[in-house]
Amino acid sequence: MKFAKGIIAALLLSATAMPAWADYPERPITLLVAWGAGGGTDAVARVIAVGLEKELGQSVNVVNRTGGSGVVGHAAMADAAPDGYTLGLATTEVNLMHWLGLTELDYNVYTPLALMNQDPAGVQVSADSEYTNVNELLEAIKASKPGTFRATGSGQGSSWHVAIAGLLNASGIDASTVTWVPSDGAASGLQELLSGGTEIVPTSLVEARALIEAGRVKSLAYMSKERSTLFPDVPTLKEETGSDWEFGAWRGIVAPKGLPDDIRDKLIAALEKVYNSDDYNKFLSAQGFGASFLPGEEFGKFLATNDVNFGETMKAIGLAK
Amino acid sequence: MDVILQAFGLVANPNVIITIIAASIFGLFVGAVPGLTATTATALLVPLTFFMDPVPAVGAIVACSAMAIFAGDIPAALLRIPGTPASAAYVDDTYKLTQMGKAELALGACVLFSALGGLFGTIVLIFAAPSLAEFAVKFSSPEYFWIALLGLTCAVFMGASNPAKGLLSLFIGLVIASVGLNNPAGVPRLTFGSTEMLAGIDFIPVMIGIFAISEVFRTVLSGGRSWEEAPAAVGNIFRDWGSMLKRYWRQLLRGNVTGTVVGILPGAGSDVAAYVSYAISRWFSKTPEKYGTGHIEGVAEAGSANNAALSSAWVPALVFGIPGDTMTAIVIGVLYIKGLNPGPTLFIFNPQTIYAVFLIFILANLIMIPLGWALIKLSKNILRVSKKVLMPLILIFCIVGAFASNNAVYGVTIMLVFGVVGYLMEENGIPIAPCVLGIVIGPLLEKNLITTLIKSQGNLMDFINRPISFGIFVLFCLIWVTIIISWIRAARRPDDEVASVNAAD
Repeated sequence: MKFAKGIIAALLLSATAMPAWADYPERPITLLVAWGAGGGTDAVARVIAVGLEKELGQSVNVVNRTGGSGVVGHAAMADAAPDGYTLGLATTEVNLMHWLGLTELDYNVYTPLALMNQDPAGVQVSADSEYTNVNELLEAIKASKPGTFRATGSGQGSSWHVAIAGLLNASGIDASTVTWVPSDGAASGLQELLSGGTEIVPTSLVEARALIEAGRVKSLAYMSKERSTLFPDVPTLKEETGSDWEFGAWRGIVAPKGLPDDIRDKLIAALEKVYNSDDYNKFLSAQGFGASFLPGEEFGKFLATNDVNFGETMKAIGLAK
Repeated sequence: MDVILQAFGLVANPNVIITIIAASIFGLFVGAVPGLTATTATALLVPLTFFMDPVPAVGAIVACSAMAIFAGDIPAALLRIPGTPASAAYVDDTYKLTQMGKAELALGACVLFSALGGLFGTIVLIFAAPSLAEFAVKFSSPEYFWIALLGLTCAVFMGASNPAKGLLSLFIGLVIASVGLNNPAGVPRLTFGSTEMLAGIDFIPVMIGIFAISEVFRTVLSGGRSWEEAPAAVGNIFRDWGSMLKRYWRQLLRGNVTGTVVGILPGAGSDVAAYVSYAISRWFSKTPEKYGTGHIEGVAEAGSANNAALSSAWVPALVFGIPGDTMTAIVIGVLYIKGLNPGPTLFIFNPQTIYAVFLIFILANLIMIPLGWALIKLSKNILRVSKKVLMPLILIFCIVGAFASNNAVYGVTIMLVFGVVGYLMEENGIPIAPCVLGIVIGPLLEKNLITTLIKSQGNLMDFINRPISFGIFVLFCLIWVTIIISWIRAARRPDDEVASVNAAD
């Protein structure tokens, strides 16, 4: 009994000791990732963790909480205590999952800290495809019977599905004309493209990089304001069609809602330094990932606009519940 | 030839050699801890590779992954905890051998056939990578659909003694595989509104539960009796190598080929390779009834197949940047960071680096033998521990492993539930292997069935109107015709004749 009392007392003491933020961080920090070890998001998280360790002087452990198309990990990021010791690398799916009705959770459950990277989508076809530019492809889709053209590259209602649906929608074509073939990810989607199983893969250019460089796949357009640094020959969608549709998969660091302001500011400053570090930039350019940074509130605004845009597209194509 | 000499120069550098040995030891330890997979080991290594030169960086990953896959066989043989899904295919054989006091035979076979399988896969990778990659990328969803069906057919051989119970076990596995959101339509199934269950039922805690925890229950319920043939120990693991090679060279060769072919296909990995080759081995065996009872034949074939698949999975990864499994997905990321962009050009612009990587493959599979021997020497002490002490320790390891699979208590819950399920299944004579097969292959089958139907808008002809898919379809039909004929024959033959035939074997 005495022992139990002692434990309770110790717990109470540590609980009251917690709000002494002055020396944050005084113990290791956990960085949650909703995707598996070894993937692109995991790699970004691990580089950011190394950078944060340098800036904050505490070890930062990457913890993968995978599954449920990202719902599990993103829920864990929101449910943690807002003490700055649990952060998360949130991805595009935050603004997709709730429209699909998979979860109640949306970007409002987080304290946005910094957007760290963004990879715009491209329109990839097989290198021996008869279409030499995106306008020809869109014309052909318009004239085709629904189901003639098939696209793949991620799951049903996930990022690249919205990318192509939004493109069609913005070009005045019914999004259901192109059949979406769900796949595990960009790699198995590209495999389908090579084997002749589908015609279009609207993933990011990075994901198609090896095959573009090998001359097996060509990219017709880039869904961003500016051309890609990785493949500057690929025109933007706006240049080709005049369409304003843009789509990019993004990654950003978030904390649970209710993070104290001083910790938030400290983290934003540290993340900005990490973003500007040589190591981070070398990593991004070697991988071909797109650099993009927005601190705190600007990241929050970005999330809000991004969410509204996704919602409109997903309603237009009948994916939103 | 110059290129190969240059490659030798790149590898024969003390830094490279030390890195490889350190990574190997790391891989061995991580792989031997149940619940921590070869993928985890590789992912943990990635941040370190940022500070290395290209050759040691890639070499470290090669060595670490090969060791971790082999090391998964050690807890499987000693404690019935398969370290990786790939070792689960033959865990019953190796564990029963240990119980019979023949752990050295089981572990010796694991080291030998792992190393030989890995070497075979590497040779294929060296000589045929570009042309095989061309072949592999021709596989689309209908082809994978037939491969998955072929894989499920393996269940017939696994539950051979009682087909009805085998089928029941397979269906349990398929139901487990259907839980969650990871289905082509992205619709939550059997999740009961739980966020955790959206992720489905993770394979690793299931495996730990169904094999290891059920064994703990059994021991506890039987009063913690000791090993069946005391004093159990691990003798000289090299003793039986000569006779094993002489007896099982056909199985070795067949396992190598099966493993390499399955590994090259981006849609199927070393776990599928192990199951398929175990079933093939049993199909051709003169003594199929011995499988699963501590028979080395299937271990030889499946053990070499999973390591061969590990090496050959690099074929599509290096040539097209398409990962064959989670491990090669990590490798592709590291290749980019090191400026060794995957693609056919890798073989043209950087041949000396890529050949250096191949040399490391060979080296890794060779040092697997002494390092594996040392680890077995260390871990055999486990068998000296009384079961009364050992079982709680196993339980702790299992809990840690199940938790580590997704860093959540949910994994521990799954593990405990499936510990009970596994115990009840075995007590009622329901084989476990078909259930595990269902969990591994179920998602592959469903995904490729639905994908093909979506692409063809419901036209069933699309399953057989491509040359490769038609070929696999014909093979599938032939196998089933043979199975049915053998069933009819067995049914017609009087029982005493069956008995006399078995006795003659």
